[in-house]
Amino acid sequence: MHELSIAMSIVDMAQEEAERRNVRIDAVHLELGPLSGVVADALLISYEAASSGTRLEGSKLVIKEVPIEVYCPVCDAQRTLSSMQWFCCPECGTPTADVIHGKELAIIALEVRDECRTAPVGST
Amino acid sequence: MSAEPRLLEVRKNVLKQNDMVARSLRERFRERGIYVVSLVSSPGAGKTAFLERTLTLLRPQFRVAALVGDLATDNDAIRLARTQAPVKQITTGTLCHLEASMVEEELSGWDVGDLDFLFIENVGNLVCPSSYDLGENLRLVLLSVTEGEDKPLKYPTIFNSADVAVITKIDLAQAVEYDEDTLRMNIQAVRPGMRQFAVSAKTGAGMQECLQFLSDRHAELAQKTQV
Repeated sequence: MHELSIAMSIVDMAQEEAERRNVRIDAVHLELGPLSGVVADALLISYEAASSGTRLEGSKLVIKEVPIEVYCPVCDAQRTLSSMQWFCCPECGTPTADVIHGKELAIIALEVRDECRTAPVGST
Repeated sequence: MSAEPRLLEVRKNVLKQNDMVARSLRERFRERGIYVVSLVSSPGAGKTAFLERTLTLLRPQFRVAALVGDLATDNDAIRLARTQAPVKQITTGTLCHLEASMVEEELSGWDVGDLDFLFIENVGNLVCPSSYDLGENLRLVLLSVTEGEDKPLKYPTIFNSADVAVITKIDLAQAVEYDEDTLRMNIQAVRPGMRQFAVSAKTGAGMQECLQFLSDRHAELAQKTQV
């Protein structure tokens, strides 16, 4: 269960970005691959705990799960796997360990609002 | 009230900090000609026994040292110290995995002289360690014949993040009706082309082949470093 420390990193990184741009964050969009070793549900629960008491309290974590994509040397093409238990080209059946996507664990977007002038929070 | 919401596109790898530390460790190891091997497995798969045997067998020829991660005890480090190799314990407290910064911290001020091999034994866990690069050259995933042949299918991520599979406790194969073909097939299903070794740290069976593989990798690194 390392999702809590991952969630804390997400909160820290988003908070830093919010402070730098002087915005309030409504939601953090995250790209998550099945090979990242992070479980989406556990991360969502951890995010709530990690964000509470910070400037991100009440914000949402929106997880976009990306599929595993591999390179098939026989088809010379990028293929999407339907199972992480079977690393074979879905078209021709050739085994391949050449992973192109699926390890992602990245913040890709922030839903933000400009900080309101009438209610400055820690503004400088 | 607040202004209109808008979407801000960013691209930030959540594990960037760890990856940066791992990269700088890898560079440092490379410059010093140290081949770094990490070990991951579930608790009780036999990482420490394998390492004990490995350190003992490599020591006459190579300068070896080990960092061992554990939640609470230094039992493993005490066990491994019997091999006469320099060993240091990383006690993680409640943390279920090692991170690159812990390796960096433990290495600073640890005067072990020149090394050929550094082994890093992760905390026994088949889930969390898969996400963290430790700056190693080679990640071994160990699983014992007692764990069930479907283990790779249950934990595909860690097998995918590893380079080599080491099947341990083969001295118990018969007693647990171990099915070698099924396990090999399952490993290949989640990580096609993965190199596999079958060993018994207790009897020493299969150890030489595995250690030959490691010394070949070390020789390759040494050659690259000299160029």
